Amino acid sequence: MISIKGLRKKFGPLTVLDDIDLDIPSGQATGIVGPNGSGKTTAIKALLGLVKPNAGDILIDGESIKGQWDYRKKIGYMPQIARYPENMTVSELFEFIKNIRETGETNKDELISYFGLEPELEKRMRTLSGGNRQKVGAVLAMMFDPEILIFDEPTAGLDPHASVQFKNMVHREKEKGKTVLLTTHIMSEIEELADYLIFIVEGQIRYHGPMKELIEKQQEQRLEGAVAKMMAEVAA
Amino acid sequence: MKTLTILKYQWKDLFRGKWIIGYGLIYLLMSDAMIRFAGTGPKAMISIANIMLLLIPLVGVIYGALYLYQSREFTELLLAQPLDRNTLFWGLFGGLALPLAFAFTAGILIPMIYTGMVLSAKFQSLALLVILGNVLTLLFTGLGFWMGLKFFENRIKGLGYALVSWLFLAVIYDGLVLLAVFMLGDYPIEEPMLAMTMLNPIDLARITVLLEFDISALMGYTGAVFNRFFGSVIGIGVATACLGLWLGIPLWSGKRLFNKKDF
Amino acid sequence: MWANNKITGLLIVLLLLLSVQLVQSQPVVVSSGSSIKEGVSRAEPGDTLIIEEGLYNEYDIKVDKPLTILGDGDVVIDGNRKGFILVITADDVTVKNLEVKHASTSFMEDYAGILIEQTDNTVIENVTLTDNYFAIYLAKSTNSVIRNNHITASAKRETQSGNAIHLWYSKDVTIEDNYVTGHRDGLYFEFVEGATISGNVSENNIRYGIHFMYSDHCRYEDNTFRNNGGGVAVMYTSHVEIINNRFEDNWGSSAYGMLLKEINRSKIIGNEFYNNSVGLYIEATSRNEFKHNTFRQNGWAVKLMANSTDNIFTKNNFIANSFEVATNSMKNYNEFNNNYWSHYEGYDLDRDGIGDVPHRPVRLFSILVEKQPQSLLLLRSLLIDILDAAERIMPVLTPETLVDSQPKMTKVS
Repeated sequence: MISIKGLRKKFGPLTVLDDIDLDIPSGQATGIVGPNGSGKTTAIKALLGLVKPNAGDILIDGESIKGQWDYRKKIGYMPQIARYPENMTVSELFEFIKNIRETGETNKDELISYFGLEPELEKRMRTLSGGNRQKVGAVLAMMFDPEILIFDEPTAGLDPHASVQFKNMVHREKEKGKTVLLTTHIMSEIEELADYLIFIVEGQIRYHGPMKELIEKQQEQRLEGAVAKMMAEVAA
Repeated sequence: MKTLTILKYQWKDLFRGKWIIGYGLIYLLMSDAMIRFAGTGPKAMISIANIMLLLIPLVGVIYGALYLYQSREFTELLLAQPLDRNTLFWGLFGGLALPLAFAFTAGILIPMIYTGMVLSAKFQSLALLVILGNVLTLLFTGLGFWMGLKFFENRIKGLGYALVSWLFLAVIYDGLVLLAVFMLGDYPIEEPMLAMTMLNPIDLARITVLLEFDISALMGYTGAVFNRFFGSVIGIGVATACLGLWLGIPLWSGKRLFNKKDF
Repeated sequence: MWANNKITGLLIVLLLLLSVQLVQSQPVVVSSGSSIKEGVSRAEPGDTLIIEEGLYNEYDIKVDKPLTILGDGDVVIDGNRKGFILVITADDVTVKNLEVKHASTSFMEDYAGILIEQTDNTVIENVTLTDNYFAIYLAKSTNSVIRNNHITASAKRETQSGNAIHLWYSKDVTIEDNYVTGHRDGLYFEFVEGATISGNVSENNIRYGIHFMYSDHCRYEDNTFRNNGGGVAVMYTSHVEIINNRFEDNWGSSAYGMLLKEINRSKIIGNEFYNNSVGLYIEATSRNEFKHNTFRQNGWAVKLMANSTDNIFTKNNFIANSFEVATNSMKNYNEFNNNYWSHYEGYDLDRDGIGDVPHRPVRLFSILVEKQPQSLLLLRSLLIDILDAAERIMPVLTPETLVDSQPKMTKVS
């Protein structure tokens, strides 16, 4: 259970997160949607401790993350734009992160073969294609079998085949009882993967609840339509 | 433990980049040339000290800032891991400063070893050279780090400030001191001058070199203030304390910036 | 018979010779507890006076006849600060192997451990002189030898201390292998001619290691002058030869390895100036030859005042000095040639051992320091190096003719 309480973040004069209260249920997949610049990534970064909030707190399993770092053992994170040390080889990178986390990886080899990364293992990061970098990011996020998985625009750089592979993998993880948090622009992806939906606009939460309820409430067949309607409401 | 892991990977990365080897080679060639041309006497030592005073601050401050920009990916990757920011900061700093210090030390010492100069040279001078070079490396890398963090989002600005601050500390500052001396030379300005010198880390390092290699000239000065300052342990004590502050403050402040920073 | 006579005669002659020898060499012995003064009065001119081991509390011992005074064992004459101790006024006196201490200190009179006045052929050898006001005071004497003496004192102020070896109006003196410390001047020469000073060590004296004035035709060589208050001063003299001496560790605003003032037609050759604030200070000094000297790690190797002319500096080594040459004028009438300068930054493309571009040993910075001494603190600043380099390319403030047009690429051995 991740609880966000009164979270507020400003970058200079710009309020990015404005007094957010949220409960993200365990063992479920939650999708965060919202227009560009609405604060999705900042919320995730605050959860990871990458961004320090101006006010408010985040609790994971009832414990505040303020000034803490050990809780990140429970989290696997796949960033939106994956940047890695360019001179490292893929296997060096895996080994390195393993040493940093000081925990044994459980399903690294399986993930590598699942994403077909074997031929890339001894290549330097800078020589990898964008798609393969994303796959490396996915492996890094999942290889330690953490309780919480956070994906920021995970399929943005993946080809359709890899994208399907990825989504299947997320399904599997969800079935294992993982808490999954993901942001994406692609509504069909949310529909496929998420149980809950968080809709953020200009740093404020406009909707938070089961996805199905939103679709019913907006009297739409598909999420895309429901979200579009909601955006129009906000604009009006 | 984790710091060591970080250091190990960074060093591997740094040596792969060859840059650091080139940096060490500069010192090696310079030290070799000085000993070849000037013999194993104090002249070679003084020349190495002069080049050290010029090169280490310049490389330290610029590469300190640049390195933070270059390892931004690395930093962001690690920040999402279960890792303390302090550990990461020292890992990053040590990952650059220690190899730089090592390259300097190996670079100047290797020619001294194969020419036998390590044995024939005055131990105190040699120790001063090595220690001061290492302190300067840590100090200016720390200063560069601080600038890199201060202007983390704007590389041009960060590198610009690094370069300008070097130019200021190395040349312009002394120009202002010289100007002050010639304008106010009739007043008792020795004490303010000493204070001004202590405020500039390059001047501080320079004064430490003077204390070792030019003490006979300093003692020829017709003023009690300098003589008292340089002729006793006060001089070396105050200089060491100030260098310590100059080493500590940018690092401490840099670590604070790093801890509060949003990535 | 004839043969017997011959043998007897020979024996008689031998016996006679032996007895004469015995009579002549029968020494006067002063034993512990008795008086040296009394011994001197007992002795005939030409006698040997042997002083036996012991402490003698005596002063103003007048040696007014030719005598050889020898200490036998540990002989100490303590003047208890009451006056002179030995006063030698006769020719042909030799004093050896004893210790003389505690001559009186006074502002009025130059009390000395050994005073030598108006004598010829005096020898002072292996004498230890401890805590005297003046130690050896030589006046109006000729052909004296002062050799292998150990002279120490521990006064802190100039006024409480006299000179260790003080020479005044004397001629043809040899001063060698003495050790001198803690006095006002280690050696003092005024109106002396034809002295040879060699192998002495003079250190930690309050004023000068050697103070040398109006003393023509002297030669000093192989001496060491170390850490004296003002270094060494050589003044108002012609035809001095200063050869192979060491001048070292003289620090202070008016301390010089050696100060030359009004010295003419002299030779300064093969000396080493090491670790002094100013190695060689030259004022109103002309027509001298400075050759094969080594200046190492001094603040200023040479300070050459512009009233000095026609001096020639050749084949000297200037190594690792903060400043090589400083001067007080744009003019220069001295010649520098074929020296080795460790500050030289030129090159030798034709490989003849001579740099292809001239060397200017006067830095712009030395002129700045001359005008504003405080700016010394900027030594080795990059700014100063830039200014110096600019001045070397386009001399504006430094004397244009003070230049070594044939600088050597390697040290002169």
